[in-house]
Amino acid sequence: MNNRKLKDNLIKILIYAASLLTVGVLAWILIYITINGIGEVSLEFLTSAPEGESGGGILPIIINTLYIILLTIVIATPIGVFAAIYLVEYAKPGKIVRIIRFATESLAGIPSIIFGLFGYIFFVTVLNLGWSILSGALTLSIMVLPTMVRTTEESLKAVPDVYREGSLGLGASKLRTIRKVVLPSAIPGIVTGIILSIGRIVGESAAVYFTAGMVSRLAKGFLDSGRTLAVHMYLLAKEGISFEKAFATAFVLVVIILLINFSANKIGASLDKTKV
Amino acid sequence: MESKEEIRQSVRNREDSMEENKLQNFIEKIIENIFFISACMAIISVAVISVFIFYKGGPAIFQIGVKEFLTGTTWQPLGDYFGILPMIIGSIYATIGAIIIGVPIGILTAVFIAELAPEWIQNIVRPSVELLAGIPSVVYGFFGLLVFVPFIADTLGGAGNSLLAASVILGIMILPTVINISVTSLNSVPKEYKEGSLAMGASHIQTIFKVMIPAAKSGILAAVILGIGRAIGETMAVILVAGNTPLIPDSLTDPIRTMTANIALEMGYAYGLHQEALFATGVILFIFIMILNIMLNLFTNKAGE
Repeated sequence: MNNRKLKDNLIKILIYAASLLTVGVLAWILIYITINGIGEVSLEFLTSAPEGESGGGILPIIINTLYIILLTIVIATPIGVFAAIYLVEYAKPGKIVRIIRFATESLAGIPSIIFGLFGYIFFVTVLNLGWSILSGALTLSIMVLPTMVRTTEESLKAVPDVYREGSLGLGASKLRTIRKVVLPSAIPGIVTGIILSIGRIVGESAAVYFTAGMVSRLAKGFLDSGRTLAVHMYLLAKEGISFEKAFATAFVLVVIILLINFSANKIGASLDKTKV
Repeated sequence: MESKEEIRQSVRNREDSMEENKLQNFIEKIIENIFFISACMAIISVAVISVFIFYKGGPAIFQIGVKEFLTGTTWQPLGDYFGILPMIIGSIYATIGAIIIGVPIGILTAVFIAELAPEWIQNIVRPSVELLAGIPSVVYGFFGLLVFVPFIADTLGGAGNSLLAASVILGIMILPTVINISVTSLNSVPKEYKEGSLAMGASHIQTIFKVMIPAAKSGILAAVILGIGRAIGETMAVILVAGNTPLIPDSLTDPIRTMTANIALEMGYAYGLHQEALFATGVILFIFIMILNIMLNLFTNKAGE
């Protein structure tokens, strides 16, 4: 009996140690990046253009990143939401739904470098869009599609059937029911999907590198090329150009990710509350 | 009495509304089809991606020679040597290393979240795991480059850019995947299993390891497969810490080059057969990922039953 207790306690210690390690690694990364990065970030860094190899700031790169986020969300949100509506509201279980689900899962599992290669041949070369914000956004749209579909699906499923029955019973058509009753209740879920996708877009480097290019100036339009924050950070670190600037960029990235996670959680929490 | 005019009017109205209904139905049908096409975008995307990757990389494999390409140990694009065995082995070793580090820690953390942690601690651990999933891979790579690489160089010798550094960074990066899916599958174990085991006199820890984890086996397996997928596909973080020498490593402190790194490092300036050989590397990586996806599908279907 005592032996068993000893064994139990040993395992418990292992479990605590593993959990502490998980949280500890996160804390370590955040603190390390913050301590080394925060001093390098200044208003000037955030509002000026890169100069030469290692000088200047990251303003054009922040704006490029915003362009790509905006365009990707504009492309991916309708497709993702429509797809989820089809899966939840229209589709009958069967072969086609199984194939759609398998494809969505596969898409989520494809590494970003493969998306990069594909975007490079298809959007950049075959469709002749060149290295551009648009090529990057189209590639990223495919990447974030599974996230969009899944989160929207879950929020649609959470809408009680009585809502639908009530609306249909009052004589509203199916489409009208979806538009006026189901979608409004699902909006927090859709917004969460958008926020999670933004997180993915901000953090992505491999796929953007080959599609949106790596020039460090401000893109003049959606057909112009420009690097994003993550690509900028990769180039700084890889070439060892300037670790100070890399730290500062890493700090900016981490702050953005923190904000994104925080707002996704807030919306998620309000979603849970409405369910209860 | 209604006048004839009024009756005519009402008939006309009815016809109008039938017309309207027809139009309404037509619009509904069109929109339903738009929904359907959107849902098929995932299928279309996977199909188009597969076709283009194979179309661009497939012929090169045969031009180089299947055997030379897959088992050749020399990668020298300038000398027309395109053997990717070192990269295949590099990817596999780094992935195994990531699994050895990430899976036990991940599963134990999942047990903690699902079974042992009081709520206030859960409220720290869960968001931490989410945040780990959100940190960009370049940041992981940068952290590894400045923290683990010098540490390995100082303690174990060598340059520090190594298989070990890649394994550690990938092990950390797969934690969120392993933890989240394991927690979900542990939580979906029927309560009766747990209660039954506790009632038989087993301790909580015994119940977790003898009853709950075996019951959640297929979900945890799915978590591991997804973790493998994430590790084998990771690019930028690995490039920053692995050293990227296209040679088969002899020890943990030797540098490695993964398949993903091979593509990302040389794509910028490659042309002709060299570029096609990089796409061919993508084909092999893609085949690895598809095998993992199919395995995953099999396991999750089984779990569904």
